Amino acid sequence: MAKTKGFLDYKRQKVAYRPVDQRVGDFQEIEIPLTPDAINQQAARCADCGIPFCHSNSGCPIANRIPEFNDLVYRGRWKEACENLHSTNNFPEITGRVCPAPCETACTMAVNDEPVLIRHIEFQIVERGFAEGWIVPLIPEAKTGKKVAVIGSGPAGLAVAQQLARVGHDITVFEKDDKPGGLLRYGIPDFKLEKWVIDRRIQQMEAEGVKFQTGVEVGVDISGNYLHKMFDAVCLTMGAGQPRDLTVSGRGYDNIHFAMDFLSMQNRLNSGEAINQDKLITAHDKDVVVIGGGDTGSDCVGTSRRQGARSITQIEILPQPPETCPPDTPWPQWPRTMRTSSSHEEGCDRRWSVTTKSISGVGTRVHHLNCCQVDWQKKTDRQWDIRDVPNSEFELKADLVLLAMGFLHPVHEGLIEAFDLKLDRQGNVAVNDYQTSVPWVFSAGDTVSGASLIVRAIDAGRKAADAVDQYLRQ
Amino acid sequence: MPLMPKDQGLYEARREHDACGIGAVVNISGEKDHLIIQYSKEILLNLHHRGAASADNVTGDGAGVLSQIPHAFFKSETKKLGFDLPDPGLYGVGMVFGAKDKKLRKECDKLLEKAIKHYGMKVLGWREVPVSAECLGEIALSAEPSIRQIFVDGGSFDHDAMERQLFMSRKRAERLVLEAFGEAAHDFYVTSLSCKTICYKGMFMAWQLFAYYPDINDERFTSALAIVHQRYSTNTFPNWRLAQPFRCIAHNGEINTLSGNRNCTRMREKRIECKTFSKDLSDLLPILTPGGSDSACFDNMLELLHLGGRSMPHSLMMMIPEAFGPKYHISTDKRAFYEYHASMMEPWDGPAAMVFTDGRLLGGTLDRNGLRPCRYTVTTDGLVILASETGVVEFPPEKVRTRGRLQPGKMFLVDTEEGRIITDNEIKGKVARQKPYRRWLNENHIELKGLFDTPELVEGTPETLAARMRMFGYTREELRMLLLPMAVNGQEPVGSMGNDTPLAVLSDKPKLLYNYFKQLFAQVTNPPIDPLREGLVMSLMSFTGKKLNVLDETPEHCRQLKLPHPVLTNEDIARLRGVQRDNYKVETIQAVFEIDEEDPTLGLETALDRLLNDAEHAILEKDASLIIVSDKTAGPGLAPIPALLAVSALHHSLIEKGLRGEAGLILETGEAREVQHFCLLCGFGANGVNPYIVFESLNHMQQQGDIPQTMEASQIASNYIAAIKKGILKTMSKMGISTLRSYFNAQLFEAIGIDKNVIDKYFTGTSSRIGGIGLEQIAADIRTRYREAYSPRKPGSLELDFGGDYHYRIDGERHLWNPTTVSKLQHAVYYEDQKAYDDYAESINNQAKEICTLRGLFMLKPSEPIPIEEVEPASEIVKRFCTGAMSHGSISKEAHECMAIAMNRLGGMSNTGEGGEDPVRYTLEPNGDSKNSAIKQIASARFGVTINYLAHGREIQIKMAQGAKPGEGGQLPGHKVSQEIARLRYSTPGVTLISPPPHHDIYSIEDLAQLIYDLKCSNPEAKVSVKLVSEVGVGTIAAGVSKGNADEVLISGHDGGTGASPQSSIKHAGCPWEVGIAETQQVLVMNKLRDRVRVQVDGQLRTGRDVVIGALLGAEQFGFGTSALVCMGCTLLRKCHEGACTYGIATQDPELRKRFAGKPEYIERFFYFIAEEARRIMAQLGFRKFNEMVGCVDKLRMQDAIDHYKARGLDYSLIFHQPKADKPSELYNSSKQAYHLKDHMDWGIIEKAKATFESKQKVSIDLPIKNTDRTIGTILSNRLVKKFGPDGLEDDTITINLSGSAGQSLGAFLIKGVTLKLIGDSNDYLGKGLSGGRIIVETPFGSPFLAHENIIVGNTLLYGATRGEVFINGMAGERFCVRNSGATAVVEGVGDHGCEYMTGGLVVVLGQTGCNFAAGMSGGIAYVLDELQLFDTLCNLDMVDLESVWRQEDKDLMYNLIQKHEKLTRSSRARRILDAWPDMVGRFVKVIPIDYRKALERMRAKEDRDTDSTPATEEVFNG
Repeated sequence: MAKTKGFLDYKRQKVAYRPVDQRVGDFQEIEIPLTPDAINQQAARCADCGIPFCHSNSGCPIANRIPEFNDLVYRGRWKEACENLHSTNNFPEITGRVCPAPCETACTMAVNDEPVLIRHIEFQIVERGFAEGWIVPLIPEAKTGKKVAVIGSGPAGLAVAQQLARVGHDITVFEKDDKPGGLLRYGIPDFKLEKWVIDRRIQQMEAEGVKFQTGVEVGVDISGNYLHKMFDAVCLTMGAGQPRDLTVSGRGYDNIHFAMDFLSMQNRLNSGEAINQDKLITAHDKDVVVIGGGDTGSDCVGTSRRQGARSITQIEILPQPPETCPPDTPWPQWPRTMRTSSSHEEGCDRRWSVTTKSISGVGTRVHHLNCCQVDWQKKTDRQWDIRDVPNSEFELKADLVLLAMGFLHPVHEGLIEAFDLKLDRQGNVAVNDYQTSVPWVFSAGDTVSGASLIVRAIDAGRKAADAVDQYLRQ
Repeated sequence: MPLMPKDQGLYEARREHDACGIGAVVNISGEKDHLIIQYSKEILLNLHHRGAASADNVTGDGAGVLSQIPHAFFKSETKKLGFDLPDPGLYGVGMVFGAKDKKLRKECDKLLEKAIKHYGMKVLGWREVPVSAECLGEIALSAEPSIRQIFVDGGSFDHDAMERQLFMSRKRAERLVLEAFGEAAHDFYVTSLSCKTICYKGMFMAWQLFAYYPDINDERFTSALAIVHQRYSTNTFPNWRLAQPFRCIAHNGEINTLSGNRNCTRMREKRIECKTFSKDLSDLLPILTPGGSDSACFDNMLELLHLGGRSMPHSLMMMIPEAFGPKYHISTDKRAFYEYHASMMEPWDGPAAMVFTDGRLLGGTLDRNGLRPCRYTVTTDGLVILASETGVVEFPPEKVRTRGRLQPGKMFLVDTEEGRIITDNEIKGKVARQKPYRRWLNENHIELKGLFDTPELVEGTPETLAARMRMFGYTREELRMLLLPMAVNGQEPVGSMGNDTPLAVLSDKPKLLYNYFKQLFAQVTNPPIDPLREGLVMSLMSFTGKKLNVLDETPEHCRQLKLPHPVLTNEDIARLRGVQRDNYKVETIQAVFEIDEEDPTLGLETALDRLLNDAEHAILEKDASLIIVSDKTAGPGLAPIPALLAVSALHHSLIEKGLRGEAGLILETGEAREVQHFCLLCGFGANGVNPYIVFESLNHMQQQGDIPQTMEASQIASNYIAAIKKGILKTMSKMGISTLRSYFNAQLFEAIGIDKNVIDKYFTGTSSRIGGIGLEQIAADIRTRYREAYSPRKPGSLELDFGGDYHYRIDGERHLWNPTTVSKLQHAVYYEDQKAYDDYAESINNQAKEICTLRGLFMLKPSEPIPIEEVEPASEIVKRFCTGAMSHGSISKEAHECMAIAMNRLGGMSNTGEGGEDPVRYTLEPNGDSKNSAIKQIASARFGVTINYLAHGREIQIKMAQGAKPGEGGQLPGHKVSQEIARLRYSTPGVTLISPPPHHDIYSIEDLAQLIYDLKCSNPEAKVSVKLVSEVGVGTIAAGVSKGNADEVLISGHDGGTGASPQSSIKHAGCPWEVGIAETQQVLVMNKLRDRVRVQVDGQLRTGRDVVIGALLGAEQFGFGTSALVCMGCTLLRKCHEGACTYGIATQDPELRKRFAGKPEYIERFFYFIAEEARRIMAQLGFRKFNEMVGCVDKLRMQDAIDHYKARGLDYSLIFHQPKADKPSELYNSSKQAYHLKDHMDWGIIEKAKATFESKQKVSIDLPIKNTDRTIGTILSNRLVKKFGPDGLEDDTITINLSGSAGQSLGAFLIKGVTLKLIGDSNDYLGKGLSGGRIIVETPFGSPFLAHENIIVGNTLLYGATRGEVFINGMAGERFCVRNSGATAVVEGVGDHGCEYMTGGLVVVLGQTGCNFAAGMSGGIAYVLDELQLFDTLCNLDMVDLESVWRQEDKDLMYNLIQKHEKLTRSSRARRILDAWPDMVGRFVKVIPIDYRKALERMRAKEDRDTDSTPATEEVFNG
């Protein structure tokens, strides 16, 4: 245990952001890391519980050994903390930056105090590890000669690739975009995750023997048959790319985009990739409406702000969540509470219980949204009735509409159809221990589970790697 | 006669215990007189309350008398039969029990005659012993044997030779009869066959002995000496032969080490030879008669040693050596004598008061701990009376020459030929110098230069360390949570909450074999001992090497290696290997094997066979004196044989071959690391253990930074060894065993989950009642670990797994309390969410895949269901629920009161725990809620136990043991004793509070009966319950408790919770409650004792299904601890022992207490959920009433088709065994205990004190008193406290003048306002729990002796007294003022362990003290007159300072007290001191606890402000 009753001596210290007026002028990361002393105190708050809920199904999906690394950090044994952290998590530098940290909501200290600052401690450990040169390639002693193709280089794909390469298999990662990383690179704005962080990890993976073939869309550029011929196994980790669309009249107007198109555009610009100016989407000087109140929506808000939007409105069909943990999601569950992201702090109008009835435009361009308020009534224990509130219609001025309403399932065209994989009811790839209906084809991450957290993708990648490895060794 | 029941169900006959009262009377002059027999009768009758009666209330457990042969009587009796007896001493008499069946009896008699002829003697004739059977109880009658006497002419043999021949013939006859008829001739038993003594005994209550045998009432029946015995047995099975005395002794107490002694005796048998016996000694074997009790075995061994040529005192000194550690003042020769004999005989250890005789000498001796009382009186006309109690024979004061007691380890002897009393010093000095033992020892025992020098940490081979650690199953958690604290603090680490992980046999993980064994521990029938405060009697020293003939003594007998303790460092092993001596050779054999991937079992089996061969070879061919069994070569290609398996297999096979005595076994293993490991290895035959990987890993941990760089390597190693040593001592002490020599080989473990074949072959004699794994699974686990070690690791993984046995981890061991169950339960009770409760219950109950508990594999047999409406309502069922015994101290005030309110609303019961209770809580809250805990617990420290406390309970619970740490006490560190806690416990804030391991008033079962009697007196309306912990034999103990008149027995599971316990106790002591409750039910029903007691179960109960299963197995009341805490917010941080509970539950920190958010409603809901779930199951099973369900084990069966690789081998048939009951009401509590208080003297006193009750008038009452008048003043105090409140009345309002010998517990819990003045003497426990009253004991006027040199009162006075005054005009026995926390006492001398554990009060000793004064004394002050200036050598200075008395206030205080003493008792001693006061005052020393002084100084300086905020926790709570 770090420190007996350390939580009484120290309060939780929030990780500060750069000042709003400064940070909206650039796309750089906004968190200001805590000082070593402060981190030591934060680690001292851990109670080293007999049942660490942070490290449970309600907490960290990847089962980071949180009490252990808290203790090691408190004792200044960073190197061991770094090893410990990497024993469960391939990419703590990512989760340390962008994980919503269900570990913290499940922390026992959250019951009647504030949780331990777990995510940021993770961040500090891994960054210290890189700075000290402790994170080195783990090159296998012997190669197995087996070849595996990994399709998609998001967190799941990278985790599969790294785990398999480390046990000696030959791994090729196919990525349709120019650089590996998937959503990490193209979905998450730089102000949350700068892209050198990914490059740094890719370098390690290359040293471990992972080959990356970028700009290759399997199913288009190369065929499924080719994969079958060239590889002993394939793992599909291309994410759940099919966004949920808005099906109202007026959806066809210009300047209505999926959030991911908008976000990736900015990320490409930041990294200096060539962009076709005709296809440029920008919020500059526009009235932006973001439909969808989740994290992607929030990323759109922050990006729009940085692009110089005139106004930003974010609407959400669900009612505004309460400030404190509601009884239907008691601790240690992930509570639906009101969360204000750094992007919201930077300025935006948030509206709740709003549904879009139709979209009006001028010419080919969108002009405004016709919205109305909705009312949610509990029907049964787990079912809700949703009704429009009479006479609550209103218009929302919009030059740019960003659809951040989540994702449905993986894109079926291409490989999934080519391999004729069985799907589940949601349209995700159906697997049994990561093995699809085609024995040599495995799949993991959002492709299997539908859109979810990065940390779950990494976890799935690790487990899928075990399954593939076992398959290859039979 | 019907046989003793054989093992059936979970009952094992060998777990029976007995204890009792003993007495002896002797005419010092040796003159024979019938009067001696009459005295013995009087003794016996006055000890009847120390015995017990059976279910029929008429059959006694046994009584008997052993005396010299009454020649005149026999001469005339035999003449009538037509044969003539030779002169006295030339013939022998045998007392022979035989079968009722005449033919069989004749056959047996013939064999006896043959045996006698075989040894060259002649049978003169038989005499039918006249008996009057009409006095017998039904049960005794059912087993009554035929009883006849045989007379043998010794012919040419002299007296001593004839005695030996008679002995040999008896042994031969026993053997021949057994061979010829087996069990059928069970009745054949030779009570005595001797030319010196004769024994009349049987299954009697005291009075029946003399009614049954007219012989011993005959005037002509004369003897100069007699020994009597009254037995109290746990069982009520008819058995005449176990009545005592035996041939040489009568024993009060228990031989705890029996199983070790039995095994060691077997080791010795092959080497026995003796010149004085005949050449062929096969008749002697087995030395110990099978089926004998501990006392019977002791008698067998003593008889052999004695007849083999040693004197009786010499033999006894071998078997019950006094403690000879460095703290004792004993002569060098005597110490050498004991050490020399230690190399050939292990102590027969345990509470023992023995009286013995060989026909000429009569003596008594006491065990080293002095745990049994033995008092003697010498009269002016040359009579000595020796008995468990004083006052058993009444003499006028002027006829009493001296009164005394046997002191621990001391002997008392009367030689009737020399006609004098021989003192301990003279006896032992003579024996110790009869041979040059000291020289023999110096010249022969083997010391290795450098052995046990400063240890180092060896580096070993760090490259391969991690892999080897995996091979031996090491985990990160073990390193961090076990090894690290041991290395840094030299202490075994402490943990909290209970154990919720699967039994080893149910775990999916490979488990080391150690985890399949559970430590046994002492409860009720024998006490645990205190390794901390009374550690001076304990020893880890042993000898190893060749063991020679025990009937001989030569210098070579001690040519053995002396090990001061059994933990060897890596250097020690190297040095041992280097030994090159002709007469002491050391050989190494390898305990490793190549894994056969196809058939790992075969590989292991072959390896074991090879190991045994190698050992045999080493002994026979290479003449090894020491064998090192090593697994050091294990590594890639070679797997280790589990060390425990290797050592036990070797040990047993060598015993079998008669070779075990030829060489010592030293184990060099990478496997051993925990305390439990060392205990098991020693218990199963290892003489020493070198845990080589431990030292390597400690070195590694220091390099890593786990252990501070500033610590020296030698310090780390020493700390670790010290921690293990303390742990072994603690484990031994739990069993009440003092020395490793008798723990060695004793196998004091029960296996849970090992198959019978493995047990029989490799762990012979160990209990294993539910089957389990075989060699196949053991081998499979070795293979798994081996693969872990040498197969490639998953990339990025850490070198060792975490483990997760102590703290939950997703990939670690399973826990029943896990994130899901905890949060679901909390959701259920917070939001009254049935669905959440169902989810919770489902995930606990449904263990189809993930088995954690034995009941996880139970199935309920489908039956005819009934509508749920017909089932008894939940509001009735919740009344059967209790919360666990958690003290206010272990948990916060808020949490404690929350539970009390909830339980009172439900009509269930909450428990105070051991920490007293604020009297404010006895008043109702404005809203009608009550915070008064229904159950008042009383535990070993008696914290807060006053008459007021006891009077406010519905139930009083005696905690004998606690699931998390049976056999142990506790400690509440000073900085945690806040002002509030101190107030409730009657102690000082900031001063450490210690609970001793034993109850100092319960060393034996009759003591427990006495405490139950005391408590019933303290509150005649309350029920008394006794809390036990499940282990093999608990049923037998429960039967004894039931016979002791308890109203309830509580059986706790081993997994129960705790605020702080050593980890090894949490994990490894005790058994699951399923087994315990089933055994209890079976044994109680078998004995027809079930209906009179209520049976409760607790220990990690969680759901309604648990309740139903508990009920079907035999429980009718249910305790919940941990789950109640979870309902109040606990999420098992397991930080109770640090007081760091963030939920404000297990803490006293005001900051944290503010966070407490529990509500009584949550607990109420919880119990309703449970009750409703139970009702649903009851409906399915077709039970309308809860009582109908109790004991219906036929509704249970075992899950079929278990596919778990280990659990497959389990067999629950013994658990499901249903004992026969004549009617259903015999299966549950349907009647009451007989009411024993009606004859109590207090009723009369209350009658006479009417005026006081009406108008507080002063009264004075005069009464005679006898030793059978027990617990006087207590019922009176109860009535007074109810009438006048806790502060009672003005001093001396009621004065009771008593004269005579008072029984035990005089003035127990005596309230303020009552004065007991006794002229005479008194037995043990005077002033127990004194609550303000005054007790004065005065030596009668006219006694010829000096009061201050005579024992006037017994042992353990003022135990747990909180206030009041005691003045004693004479000496007291052992443990005077133990755990006194407020009373004032003046006494004129005390025995050993005076003022032990005292936390407050004032003691003045005007005379000598015994050793170990002030051990564990953390408060209060003692002034001791130290005339010889030796007091500091007798005082335990660990916690106290000695000062001279220089302050005027001290002097004044003492003067006033002594003056008062003189005034009240007319003490001449006090008079003399006061007369010479200026001279005398300087000879006093003041004993003051160091912490207490600091606390007093703080208080003086009014600096105690901050102590209010210091937290207190760590202590006992159960769930």
